[in-house]
Amino acid sequence: MAKISIDDLKKIKERERSKMVLRDGEFRVKITVHMGTCGIAAGARDVMSVFRDLIAAKGTHDVILTNSGCAGLCSKEPMATVELSDQPPVKYVLLDREKAARIFEEHVMGGKAVEDYALARGSETTASG
Amino acid sequence: MKERDDILKRKVQKVEVVPPEELAKLDEIIDRYEGRPSYLIPALKDAQEMFGYLPMEVQRKLASGLNIPSSHVYGVVTFYSFFTIEPRGRHTLRLCLGTACYVKGSKDILDIIVKEVGINVGETSEDGRFSLEAVRCLGACGLAPVMLIGEDTHGNMDPKDTTKILEGYQ
Amino acid sequence: MSAKPLPRMQFMLCAGTGCIASGSLDLKTAMERELKKRNLQDEAVVVMTGCNGFCAMGPIMAVYPDGIFYNQVKPEHAPLIVEEHVLKGRVVPQLLFKEEGKDQIPLMKDIGFFGLQRVIVLRNRGLIDAESIDDYIARDGYAALGKVLQEMSPEDVIEEIKKSGLRGRGGGGFPTGLKWEECRKYSSFPKYTVCNGDEGDPGAFMDRSVMEGDPHSVLEGMAISGYAIGAEKGFIYVRAEYPLAIARLQKAIDDAKDYGLLGANILDKGFDFDIEIYPGAGAFVCGESTALMYSIEGKRGMPRIKPPRSAEAGLWNQPTNLNNVETFANINPIILNGSDWFSSIGTEGSKGTKVFALTGAVTNVGLVEVPMGTSLKQLIFDIGGGIPKKRKFKAAQMGGPSGGCIPADMVDVAIDYESLIEAGAMMGSGGVVVMDNSTCMVDTARFFVDFCVDESCGKCIPCREGLKVMLEKLTDIVEGRGEEGDVEFLMELGQHINDTSHCGLGKSAASPVLSTIRYFRHEYDAHIREKHCPALVCPSLIDFVVMEEKCKKCGLCYRNCPSDAIIWEKKQVARIDTTKCTRCRTCIQNCKFGAIR
Repeated sequence: MAKISIDDLKKIKERERSKMVLRDGEFRVKITVHMGTCGIAAGARDVMSVFRDLIAAKGTHDVILTNSGCAGLCSKEPMATVELSDQPPVKYVLLDREKAARIFEEHVMGGKAVEDYALARGSETTASG
Repeated sequence: MKERDDILKRKVQKVEVVPPEELAKLDEIIDRYEGRPSYLIPALKDAQEMFGYLPMEVQRKLASGLNIPSSHVYGVVTFYSFFTIEPRGRHTLRLCLGTACYVKGSKDILDIIVKEVGINVGETSEDGRFSLEAVRCLGACGLAPVMLIGEDTHGNMDPKDTTKILEGYQ
Repeated sequence: MSAKPLPRMQFMLCAGTGCIASGSLDLKTAMERELKKRNLQDEAVVVMTGCNGFCAMGPIMAVYPDGIFYNQVKPEHAPLIVEEHVLKGRVVPQLLFKEEGKDQIPLMKDIGFFGLQRVIVLRNRGLIDAESIDDYIARDGYAALGKVLQEMSPEDVIEEIKKSGLRGRGGGGFPTGLKWEECRKYSSFPKYTVCNGDEGDPGAFMDRSVMEGDPHSVLEGMAISGYAIGAEKGFIYVRAEYPLAIARLQKAIDDAKDYGLLGANILDKGFDFDIEIYPGAGAFVCGESTALMYSIEGKRGMPRIKPPRSAEAGLWNQPTNLNNVETFANINPIILNGSDWFSSIGTEGSKGTKVFALTGAVTNVGLVEVPMGTSLKQLIFDIGGGIPKKRKFKAAQMGGPSGGCIPADMVDVAIDYESLIEAGAMMGSGGVVVMDNSTCMVDTARFFVDFCVDESCGKCIPCREGLKVMLEKLTDIVEGRGEEGDVEFLMELGQHINDTSHCGLGKSAASPVLSTIRYFRHEYDAHIREKHCPALVCPSLIDFVVMEEKCKKCGLCYRNCPSDAIIWEKKQVARIDTTKCTRCRTCIQNCKFGAIR
């Protein structure tokens, strides 16, 4: 890849930020599985593979599946965040294969958050925001 | 006096001889790090991955290959807990005795392992099945108490389940 | 960085067919008119989006970043929303989305664990893919490096960090700006900047989380420090137990090199900087700065006497700057938001936030970032959710094996560098292990000394020999051989070890013992005089007798005893057959009524 300049840095930022907000209609849902050491030890890989398999099985193209570092609440791992376009993200806790499948069915495909496993809606407050 | 008697009673260690063709594999590692004495620790890690442990012949060959005194190599090997001079068992039990796990009762689990397997921390069972290590914090405190067997993590352990878990590793 | 500030609020208005039919275009016009009327058009914008499938409840409008979800919004609601939500920051309850029959899922900010945290270091947690450099850049990543290279001289950078009041997050609390300034002063070249990722304190894992979850923030901080002190080479020393952190850092370094954010002529500004990972091999003492540098040189990691300080003669005797992972992760926000912003958070002497690893007997185990000066009580009860199993809070161990215990009656102590030292603990790297009334403080002290005996490098006598003697004495006490005068002996020896050891590990190795004696002397006395362990932890000091008045005759002890040592029949008080009892404490752990002593 070519070396970038300060202007390129800004361009990447604008481009990626718009992707993160999920407003373009290209992607409808973003699933983030939190995979730090503790999450993985608690079974985050299983959760990840359930989502991956279901996405493949349904042949959906508008779901982004990604991973991220530790979400901070180790005692409730494995955790995942599901964000539908134009809705605040929902954090799910203490997941396993069955719960992940139900979340995929009801929230990702059906649009209705699974309250039984949800911890919270929305994002964290950053000190600068 | 008692200490001396204990040492005398200890079983004589078997001297493992590494065949020369095995030892020749080290050349690859030596080539990689030659002329860079500060890379001794990565070189030893690679060697341990290759042989499973670091017998004296391996240390001596690395020392001459990297042009470092073998006393220095031995000093480094014995200083860092990651390195071992003796072969390990088929399964390495790493029980976390970090603060969080300790507070949540990992000592009780240690007692059971010591009783069941018959080895202490730092030892390998005679049948070569288990090596037992006590580690200080695996960083998975949310799952305390934690035990690692090979690559498998067993979290939120109940002392009662210890025996059953061990049975799964033959 | 951009010419126009980003709006602080976005209204995501659905422009799907269903919502347009129910009037979302009129709503857009009304909202924009109302915002303009109050001159808020730069602060809040209305964005039209595709259908989200809730057509029956349309028009739908979501508000970011608050995460509020309004439904069936009419144009006439626009003034109310602008007045209440944009100006006063209050949600308009009558427009809130409600699912039938069930309570709503609470908002992040209403949950104690997340709501009370303020994230600077962990700003990207859970939001970015740790392996994507683009994700990091999208969240202002490397913008600080760009700003520094374009607009600031090395002296400016050092001045900004000094003014921010940032202090080392690895434990010592030395002002970061001063450290950089001193290192810049020496003209010898090459210089090095080193990141200490040898997070050895048991119960501490915040550095691991940052390296795993946001590796670029560490690299960016290191590059900026390299620019400030005049170094072209950096090392990250990561402990061997963190393979995932090593893998993700390596990926981050490779990606940054691809983009030219590391390597030669970074961002075309003539600054060269490269970073290499050096994995540790398992030695707690390597967290000490001079030992860490010896380890990178391929030697035994044994601390040396200072001075000379590392800034003058560090790695290969060259000027070297060493900071902790969390310190480096603070640099980007300080450069971008300014030192005034950073120093407005925290207390007089301790600025910014601190990340803590909250573990032990607490409901919410996890990583917590709070402003300096937050009280221990808030940390454990409001964020941590208190003590599970209806047990009582007894003490918090802070600062790892070098720190001390803070007892329950001092729970209001503010968490900052000075207050903690006054209380006999220390900030350390940020491990907080919560202990309830089932923890024996003497046993805990013994545990820490045992740790330090194991990890002592053996170079200086007070640490190597003194700690062994302490361990023997403490073992005697927990096994029932304690004698009058032992506590005084421990205090004297502990003071000697702390006063005469070479390095930081030795100088604080006796602190857990001294602090438990200071606050829990009565437990030591009970072990020594009454030969009884009040927390029922030390097996030799438990009678294994059922107290008849407390026994509820439930038989739980009988069912759980692995050695059939309990004699019990329905509606009978249990008894323990001491000839069969192996003192394993299973009965004590299972008894819900504390009837065994």
